[in-house]
Amino acid sequence: MENGFSSPRNDTFNPAGLRVLVVDDDLAWLKILEKMLKKCSYEVTTCGLARDALSLLRERKDGYDIVISDVNMPDMDGFKLLEHVGLEMDLPVIMMSVDGETSRVMKGVQHGACDYLLKPIRMKELRNIWQHVFRKKIHEVRDIENIEGFESIHMTRSGSDQSVDGPLLTGEDLTSVRKRKDAENRHDDRDCGDASSTKKARVVWSIDLHQKFVKAVNQIGFDKVGPKKILDLMNVPWLTRENVASHLQKYRLYLTRLQKDELKTSVGGIKQKDSPSKDSAASFGIQNSITVHHHNDVSNGGYRFSRSNSVVQNVDAKSLEGDVKGIDTIPVTGHKRVLTVDIPNSHKARCSQIGFNGSFVPGHSDVNFTSFDSAIPTQPWSEVSETQFQHEHKPLRLENDFTQLPLPGPRHHIQVDCIQSGPSASSKPSVVDKDNLKPFDCTYKSNYPNAIPIGSAVDTFPVQTTSPIVNHQPFEPIARTTSSMKSQGLNLSCIPDLEAAQRNINWGVGSSLTSLDEDLQLCWLQGDCFAMNLGLQDINFSEYNDPALNSEVPFHLYDTMRFDYEHYYDPTECPIIDQGLFIA
Amino acid sequence: MDVVSQLQKQFIDFSSSLYREGYVDDQFSQLHKLQDESSPDFVVEVASLFFDDAEKLINSMARALEQPCVDFKQVDSHVHQLKGSSSSIGALRVKNVCIAFRSFCDAQNREGCMRCLQQVSHEYTMLKSKLQTLFRMEQQILAAGGSVPLE
Repeated sequence: MENGFSSPRNDTFNPAGLRVLVVDDDLAWLKILEKMLKKCSYEVTTCGLARDALSLLRERKDGYDIVISDVNMPDMDGFKLLEHVGLEMDLPVIMMSVDGETSRVMKGVQHGACDYLLKPIRMKELRNIWQHVFRKKIHEVRDIENIEGFESIHMTRSGSDQSVDGPLLTGEDLTSVRKRKDAENRHDDRDCGDASSTKKARVVWSIDLHQKFVKAVNQIGFDKVGPKKILDLMNVPWLTRENVASHLQKYRLYLTRLQKDELKTSVGGIKQKDSPSKDSAASFGIQNSITVHHHNDVSNGGYRFSRSNSVVQNVDAKSLEGDVKGIDTIPVTGHKRVLTVDIPNSHKARCSQIGFNGSFVPGHSDVNFTSFDSAIPTQPWSEVSETQFQHEHKPLRLENDFTQLPLPGPRHHIQVDCIQSGPSASSKPSVVDKDNLKPFDCTYKSNYPNAIPIGSAVDTFPVQTTSPIVNHQPFEPIARTTSSMKSQGLNLSCIPDLEAAQRNINWGVGSSLTSLDEDLQLCWLQGDCFAMNLGLQDINFSEYNDPALNSEVPFHLYDTMRFDYEHYYDPTECPIIDQGLFIA
Repeated sequence: MDVVSQLQKQFIDFSSSLYREGYVDDQFSQLHKLQDESSPDFVVEVASLFFDDAEKLINSMARALEQPCVDFKQVDSHVHQLKGSSSSIGALRVKNVCIAFRSFCDAQNREGCMRCLQQVSHEYTMLKSKLQTLFRMEQQILAAGGSVPLE
């Protein structure tokens, strides 16, 4: 913010005059908030529609310091708006709602909200919102200062096997680096680091710019990526390495968040709600492993994810809803089975939005990640028959094994779209990290009981969307594993197979993603996965029909997994780069 | 007691009863604190916005529940909005009915929803009437040259 709120050193901060944008469809609240904020000496702009808010923000790139938005709005989910703002404008966003359920609050935090207020809101809560602005400023400066530190950290981390260190390892590391550097550089921040490290005007990451970024990241390979390389590939003359570095960091966090979100939601069941994402379905059928266990309605197949309206690449949005069959031969050819999940694949470019996939259906929280599971025999699990669930069991177990599971694809995808509310960066560029099929130990393990089956499912690997990618070759192994899994349900016995399978599976997504480039839209197949799996040529699912597998996965397990998920995900490990959303 | 004092006393009694009977809660008094010289009719304005919103929502709910095939998600969404709206002015009883209403929506219980709809409509109507009385009393005090007592 170059609005003069703080001194260059950020030592002082004068809250008065803070430019706040309030977005709420409830006119009474809009009026009340405006009044309260004015009493705090803030400069208030009100907006009744999310779309209007976004236009306002885009028109005046540096015109606001903070955004306060309601969660439930008719034209756009508050979480989605949140993602957009974070990604495009990098402003702190505070969410509000009359609903204070933990899950909602968590969702807000996951999508990058810096606070979540419950209505009725009191003056005292609004008085201190300036701290979020200040904090961000400080971090921005540190970011610039510590680009070097960041890069070195990055180098150290990339390539190393992340064993569930937690999704935010990178972020945390950076923070510590920052702190260290900050201490070292007590002098004017501007002078340290590269010449461009002086506090410069904030770079606004437009959709195009972000797409270029994601493309570059995908080309390089997520685990090998570094700001300099990205910058070179992007070929944007005015962009500096620091800009890229800080954006990369956010992107990673975003991906992590997506993953978690996806897992969580998937556990909850994949609901394919009417989300438009279906259409977008890009299809990656991440079948592999994620058998998304949908307690709720699998039939929906979907995750709501991703809307991908934007992203949707044209993948056929196959109905994620419960239509398992949809996928005929899936997989390998990248069928579209679209899961609701929009995997942010390179398609991002397609998305009109920055990555956000369609609309996360606010109501539907659950990311539909559901379907990854690999060849699961069609056992209808809750509604969705699909074999997906079978894998669910696995995920529970797989947790531990995930590390080995390469599932790169599914993982990533899942995240991407899962975000329910968030802007599913649908366009997210196929996150799949081609090069890095590393076992997806992250997140999936924990959260996704179903989804995780990656291990086993891994092979099932995502169904390819119409677009390129996804070579399903690996499916075969899945079949193998599946059978073993079947007998056990949760048992991980298949793991060993899975691992092998994994290696085989070329996360098709990963590679394919690359090729897919813009088109890649990984869609987690929900429920449909099963269908997809069935379709998979290589996989012989029939053997999997093992009712035992379908047995319900102990929900409690999912819960556990869900929450553990967070720890597992290591952004750097995640091959898939989610172009779409990530909240800065 | 002169006219103004009488009116003021009546006002205080009436206002206290609204809180006591749960028609409004602390949020309502918070709104009064926000009212100042720059916005002397703040509370009345907010209340009007609430009335408009609530009426629209109640009508939408009624329509949705009349459908042969009820879209409970839609109904729930309206109820949620009403809940948010009622929290703006501190309409406690209305809000409480909304809470019960939502669980019936979750359970997809049409009967329960219909009952809640009636209840919420009733509570809303009562509240509106009470608030209008309160505002009228304020006007009378001001017209008589007095000032409206604060809570």
